[in-house]
Amino acid sequence: MKLTLHVWRQKSRDDKGRLEIIEANNVSTHMSFLEMLDVVNEDLIAKGIDPIHFDHDCREGICGMCSMVINGVAHGHQKGTTVCQLHMRYFNDGDHIFIEPWRAKAFPILKDLVVDRSALDRIMRAGGFISVRTGGAPDGNAIPIPKDDAEKSMDAAACIGCGACVAACPNASAMLFVAAKVSQFAYLPQGRVEREKRVSAMVAQMDAEGFGSCTNHYECEAVCPKEIPASMIAKMNREYCRALKKETCGESAKSWAGA
Amino acid sequence: MKLESKVPSGPLADKWDKHIFDLKLINPANKRKYSVIVVGSGLAGASAAASLAELGYNVSCFCYQDSPRRAHSIAAQGGINAAKNYQNDGDSVYRLFYDTIKGGDFRSREANVYRLAQVSAAIIDQCVAQGVPFGREYGGLLANRSFGGAQVSRTFYARGQTGQQLLLGAYSALSRQIGLGTVKMYNRSEMLDLVVVDGHAKGIVVRDMISGKISSYAADAVILATGGYANVFYLSTNAKGCNVTAIYRAHKKGALFANPCYTQIHPTCIPVTGDYQSKLTLMSESLRNDGRIWVPKTKGDKRNPNSIPENERDYYLERKYPAYGNLAPRDISSRSAKEACDAGYGVGETGKGVYLDFTDAFNRVGKAVIAERYGNLFEMYERITGEDPYSVPMRIYPAPHYTMGGLWVDYNLMSNVPGLHVLGEANFSDHGANRLGASALMQGLADGYFVIPYTIGDYLANHGKVKVNTDHAEFRKAEAEAVDRTKKMLSIKGKRSVDSIHKELGHVMWEYCGMGRNEAGLKTALKRIPEIRDEFWKNVTVLGSGEEINHSLEKAGRLADFLEFAELMCTDALNRNESCGGHFREEYQTPEGEAQRNDQDYCFVSCWEYKGPGAAPELHKEPLTFESIHLAQRSYK
Repeated sequence: MKLTLHVWRQKSRDDKGRLEIIEANNVSTHMSFLEMLDVVNEDLIAKGIDPIHFDHDCREGICGMCSMVINGVAHGHQKGTTVCQLHMRYFNDGDHIFIEPWRAKAFPILKDLVVDRSALDRIMRAGGFISVRTGGAPDGNAIPIPKDDAEKSMDAAACIGCGACVAACPNASAMLFVAAKVSQFAYLPQGRVEREKRVSAMVAQMDAEGFGSCTNHYECEAVCPKEIPASMIAKMNREYCRALKKETCGESAKSWAGA
Repeated sequence: MKLESKVPSGPLADKWDKHIFDLKLINPANKRKYSVIVVGSGLAGASAAASLAELGYNVSCFCYQDSPRRAHSIAAQGGINAAKNYQNDGDSVYRLFYDTIKGGDFRSREANVYRLAQVSAAIIDQCVAQGVPFGREYGGLLANRSFGGAQVSRTFYARGQTGQQLLLGAYSALSRQIGLGTVKMYNRSEMLDLVVVDGHAKGIVVRDMISGKISSYAADAVILATGGYANVFYLSTNAKGCNVTAIYRAHKKGALFANPCYTQIHPTCIPVTGDYQSKLTLMSESLRNDGRIWVPKTKGDKRNPNSIPENERDYYLERKYPAYGNLAPRDISSRSAKEACDAGYGVGETGKGVYLDFTDAFNRVGKAVIAERYGNLFEMYERITGEDPYSVPMRIYPAPHYTMGGLWVDYNLMSNVPGLHVLGEANFSDHGANRLGASALMQGLADGYFVIPYTIGDYLANHGKVKVNTDHAEFRKAEAEAVDRTKKMLSIKGKRSVDSIHKELGHVMWEYCGMGRNEAGLKTALKRIPEIRDEFWKNVTVLGSGEEINHSLEKAGRLADFLEFAELMCTDALNRNESCGGHFREEYQTPEGEAQRNDQDYCFVSCWEYKGPGAAPELHKEPLTFESIHLAQRSYK
């Protein structure tokens, strides 16, 4: 099939950027979306035009590197699917497809569809961990964990850190991302030791990075390739309130550096 | 060259404890005087960087992805082995050790494998403490599943995303150290060369993939945890960015490359559909528990599989290996699929596929039960192929997946270049000629959490006092060479894209150095590879400049190294006149078509030394001696 792509091209962080029209010929329905872009890039290279730059790596939906907004939807319209696993059989001959980068103040565009998501790493550094050092851990079965809790923790832990939730949110909020990590640990006894400090530190860093707040649009849940529910945000809010309560009762979380 | 494995003396079970006591220590206050570079942030790299920083060392960690959390360990599905014996089914450190060494077809170093089994249990404890949500029983205790090559249940798992959860555990430990300022993290940074000063590894040359700036970093020791080289085949289950550059550059600076021909071809992957295919997707080995593999008995049978009657189907694994049937080991299952397709029985548009059929399982336990067991895999299959595996049998074909070969290391995980340590898939040490399922995660974390934190101290205590900075002539030279190489690739301005040349190399490697190898084919490959390399240096086109994000340039640099490494891999395969594990030389098979090992002449590690451009590499041998086990022919009939 033949497609008309409207692709965001931007040479560098400082460039203004624009949508450019690129024709995609010889597209097979078996191709993945990224393979379609590979073929387009081969054509561009043959013509001496700089190929479209986009982040990708594992191409099996787990590394979280691929990131583009397709026809206005982060990762495209296929539910629970990263763009690397979106296939061209869901498109029709003659379609016009708009391809844009994640757009958020906290994710500056580096080139074409490639954005800087290091803000998410910095949130993790602020508190996305349990402070244990290597060695000396008790036996894995020393603390039984109810199966349901372990399953809920895993539901949250499935987050791949792609940032689609931020891209989809009208407020560019990272609350689903933060909530997934906070919830993963809050469901486990190992994570409860530092629960108040963790949520306070991560939320503070999220705010400092310039992400917005949640106003219940649920766009994040709709695009999340791992279908992490927005109810995790409610869980995080409860954790946050709990932390505030403790803080106002005199136990400050501010001195904690995870050491 | 004398290869010292540094395996301690004494009984197998006591070696590691004795060795830990014999290693030199550095007192806590002095550790901060030493710096360590870690390249790679997968299970081995992230766990090493975090653990060394916790001890007090100054660590710098580099990864090419935009975040350390995205390293390819994240894609491992099935699980991680550990000798916990939680199932009361007779598991032990010795049994895990024995299964691993047998699975590797008796081509790994005994003492290393034993240590791996010894530390396996502590890995699970560590991960649980980090908040890894392993699968659990209703009583709250950890659950296990079974994997190929073992008769006990010792595999721990987090749904079908075990690699992801273990990596996020290591990443969280690493993140904590970055936050504390003990690790300096460099994302989107690619190592271009190793710097050796007076015989010791003292630093690396790195390209910042955003600005394009090439610069040097010095340290008292260097750790490479940069994964495997399966992308030499172009199509593999590895992430697109996985490459051989770090270890191959180290090889060119003197590090021996061990057993490059040992590659694992995984039997259950989704088949190739066309030339545009960019990578292959693995379907978990666990599917073979309930699926039956078959091809039509008639060549080129294009009928719908559901209308091919039972007596016109060949369930070839069940026919050839009645005892193990569809659960025959990976190397054997892969080869059988290839044989069937090569003989013209393959299915699908390309004829490169076999059926994996769940009809019997649906009839036995019902579709709902199968959906519960493998629902996510069935969904993934449908997403990629557009076919519903509940109504039409899956089509599968083998694909390159893991590489057992890697840089040679001693018992301390140090290469023959002092100061250069190599962890995880990047080294050669633990899996011999074939890796068992759920053992890669175990090895990566064993190396990073529980081996290198002990052994690197010994090197630093002995040699870490000689400080070198990046003004040294060797750094200047390596940096200038990297800049020149980059400029050269940009200046060729030929007609071929990087990918088109990589695909050409991949075809040659898959055809002649893939699942089956023979002398004539390997000689053809050794003639073709230099021609393709020539084509690359004369006719590749890399647009744009070196001072910006330039994916073509990144790919070109990696391909340039693959084009040299491929020759080494074929040379090794040609030299090893036996079949063992994933290395199947068609000339050496039993009358039944099984791998025929030659312990008399080939019970050694092939260690290749780089001798300069155009010169043949020199072979050194580390003999494999087995103190506690008896070598046997594997049989799965």
